[in-house]
Amino acid sequence: MENGEYLCVLGPTGSGKTTLLRLIAGLLRPDEGAIYFDGKPVNRLEAHDRNAVYVPQQYALFPHLTVLQNVAFGPLARQKPEKEALDAAWKTLEMVRLSWRAKAYPNELSGGMQQRVALARGLASGADLLLLDEPLGALDARLRLDLRHKLRELVKQSGFTAIHVTHDRDEAMSVADRILVLRGGRIQDHGVPPRVYMRPSGIFVANLIGGANLLEGIVDKVTEEGSTARMRGGLMIRTPRAPLPTTEQPVILAIRKETVEISSRDIQRDNVLKGEVREIHFLGSFREYLIRLTNGDVIASRRFLEGMESEFKVGENVTAGFDCRDIIIFAYPRQGLRKELEIS
Amino acid sequence: MQGTRHQIANAPTPIHRVLLFLERSSARADVRKIVYSAALVFFLLIVITPAIAGIVVQLLTLPTLTLSHDVFERMQNAVGWSFIIGLTVSSLDVLAGIPLAWLIVRRRGHLTTILDSLADIPFVIPTVALGFSILEFWGSPTGISQIFGASGLFSPGTLLIMLLHFAFSFPVIVRVMVGEFLNYRETYEVAARTLGASAFTAVRTVTLPILRPGVLAGFLLALARSLSETGATIVVAGTFESGTVFIKNARDAGLSAAVVIASLILIAVSLVVFAAIKIIAPRFRVAPLKVWPNLERKLSNRNVVGVRNAGSLLVFLVFVLLPCLFIAFPAVEAVLAGILGEALAGIGPWDRFWSSMFLSYVVALLATFVNIVFGLPIAIMIARNRFGGRTTRIVDTLVDLPIIVPSLALGVSLSFFWGNMGALPEFWVLVLAHTTITYSYFVRAMAASIQGIALELEEAARTLGATPLRVFRKITLPLTKYSLLSGAILVFTRSIDETGATSAVSRALKTAPVLLVDWIRGTVQVTPEERALGVGFLVLTSFLALVALRLVALRKPKGRS
Repeated sequence: MENGEYLCVLGPTGSGKTTLLRLIAGLLRPDEGAIYFDGKPVNRLEAHDRNAVYVPQQYALFPHLTVLQNVAFGPLARQKPEKEALDAAWKTLEMVRLSWRAKAYPNELSGGMQQRVALARGLASGADLLLLDEPLGALDARLRLDLRHKLRELVKQSGFTAIHVTHDRDEAMSVADRILVLRGGRIQDHGVPPRVYMRPSGIFVANLIGGANLLEGIVDKVTEEGSTARMRGGLMIRTPRAPLPTTEQPVILAIRKETVEISSRDIQRDNVLKGEVREIHFLGSFREYLIRLTNGDVIASRRFLEGMESEFKVGENVTAGFDCRDIIIFAYPRQGLRKELEIS
Repeated sequence: MQGTRHQIANAPTPIHRVLLFLERSSARADVRKIVYSAALVFFLLIVITPAIAGIVVQLLTLPTLTLSHDVFERMQNAVGWSFIIGLTVSSLDVLAGIPLAWLIVRRRGHLTTILDSLADIPFVIPTVALGFSILEFWGSPTGISQIFGASGLFSPGTLLIMLLHFAFSFPVIVRVMVGEFLNYRETYEVAARTLGASAFTAVRTVTLPILRPGVLAGFLLALARSLSETGATIVVAGTFESGTVFIKNARDAGLSAAVVIASLILIAVSLVVFAAIKIIAPRFRVAPLKVWPNLERKLSNRNVVGVRNAGSLLVFLVFVLLPCLFIAFPAVEAVLAGILGEALAGIGPWDRFWSSMFLSYVVALLATFVNIVFGLPIAIMIARNRFGGRTTRIVDTLVDLPIIVPSLALGVSLSFFWGNMGALPEFWVLVLAHTTITYSYFVRAMAASIQGIALELEEAARTLGATPLRVFRKITLPLTKYSLLSGAILVFTRSIDETGATSAVSRALKTAPVLLVDWIRGTVQVTPEERALGVGFLVLTSFLALVALRLVALRKPKGRS
């Protein structure tokens, strides 16, 4: 990790996100391996000597202390003189716009305010690494959206390095400098959000982050210009060459839903498939159409900017088209597709 | 309703019919009101009022209230010492008990599980037996003094009383604190640690302040037990007098004015002390944010923690566990001396002993039964705020009265009330006195437990068509069964244990611990072997009774956390 970076750790429940934070904070000891801060191993350092603040999911604001005392706890524990500590706490409270509640006790605050106090407490602590465990998890959906960017902005403003753990991929993508995808304690992918979204490193990540269509097939032909894959029922799909050019190898084609075009007429695309609309899901800014292809496979397409009425009706015959460059090929997972996608 | 009918069709026993009738009746608001009112009337008129009224009436009707100068001085000293001993011992309890409770909760392992059970041993041993054991252990040539070649390391008096009170009140604090630590959300401490506080700082500035109500409750419980204890204190007091010892001596000497005045003072002062601690302590803050980083860092050091753990273990071992277990030696010796047959046959003093034992257990069973029947509605009332906020608050406060006020003083009042005004037979006065002094334990345990059940569960059951009694039988009771039994066990053991109130209300009848006090003090002539064996029997029976009750209690239903 770089200094000043905002890293999001994304993973389903039980993937080891919290464990990772607790390891870094020094609250758990690793069985093996080492943790480095600024190139120095910190395995032997106690939690209070690590300069890494853990902000738990439920905030753990000390109920017997006022907001100001809560925020001043860190600097005082790190041996700042009382006046200096209180000044720092006050400044941080002003930054999160809560100085007017300095004398209140945590249980007198709303959820959003508590979240800001917890953040302020971390920021004022004199540490330089912030470990945020589902920082927005306890808030209402609407508030969560509002506070996301505020959170990132405050962390950046204070020059902190942050590790933000979440299971919400939209949250991760919109606030992170880089995303780290975790599953069963193992790193699945690590990179900037657009890269992880557009070119995921594996089927699991493609499904978790992009919610991509996953079609099963077998590599048919490999040529200089491109390859083809044979789907169920003999349906052929033109695919890019890379990265698995062995014929007769079973593969998974991942195609993001928004790259699939749907039309009632013929269209100019590398692949054009016939099918029938089976379901339509309205999701506000877009509609998702589930189209059953002639071979029985189902492919999803997203259409933005439609009107009140959907342009296609259930049962209507349509064509679905997508280009080679939007297809990512993965080798068929050894333990089967279902197992590969399993959350836990 | 469908389900109920189905059940009846399968098994139309009279019990089912009665239950069905009761369940139907419970749907009627007036019936419920009658049940709650009956329990409330019982509580106010039978439990609380006599405990206060008796002594007030006696005070007003006493021919003379003047005490001779030296009796007055004796009384003053005795009451003063009671509080000095109580406050000192309770403070030491807190200091030594918190690290031990910490060790039990945070170092989960086989050893600490054993330690957890060992910490309960003093609860099993009736206090009089503990007093005898402490006397033998610290104060006689056969005890620990052998090692030091002395004829008795400590002679009877203040120090021995403190050792005794520490031994029986220490487990109270440990129990309370273990419960507190288990319920405590560790994330507070975790947050403090990552904010830069050392382990010791985190506990001092975050954990303990958050748990302060628990610490305070434990302290008050220990203090109350210390102020209240009579029988065992007399055993180890020698010529020294604490408040309760003075009242007992004065009563034996027929100084009724001294008894009344001393009891009244004891009641008044303990009420004031408890109120003061309850009101003032929450406002008192020990600059929680002040940090002495270097010192506290050193105290968090692994070695220092090791020394601290070893220290608290040692304190527990030397001052609590060993003196408790020491009782076994003289008892076994007595058995080896060959008086077992005589004792079991009831020859000589043993005839009286066995009838006392019988009396003890009958009284304890009756008191437990009465407390369950009349305490349950009060517990529900407190837990669920049944009679509106104000009534509930008043009842809630009054329920603690029998714990706060020294039981001997309560006994004095009860004896006047029931003996003179009620003119009840002595046996029933005894049962009522035991009901009063143990009342708080059952109600408190049950109220806390019922409060712990989500109200939604009961509401869901109501909307599914269950009448209030059915909800209680099928939802509330199964979920609180464990507390019901442990509350009952508490009442039972406290009743077996009690000497203060018992000796105050009874003249001819003597329960086992009261009789044993006479044996140990020598007011009744028995041999040392007989004395030791008698104490041994009391410990053994109370141990067996507890094991039996535990076995019933531990059969927890499945699916409960």
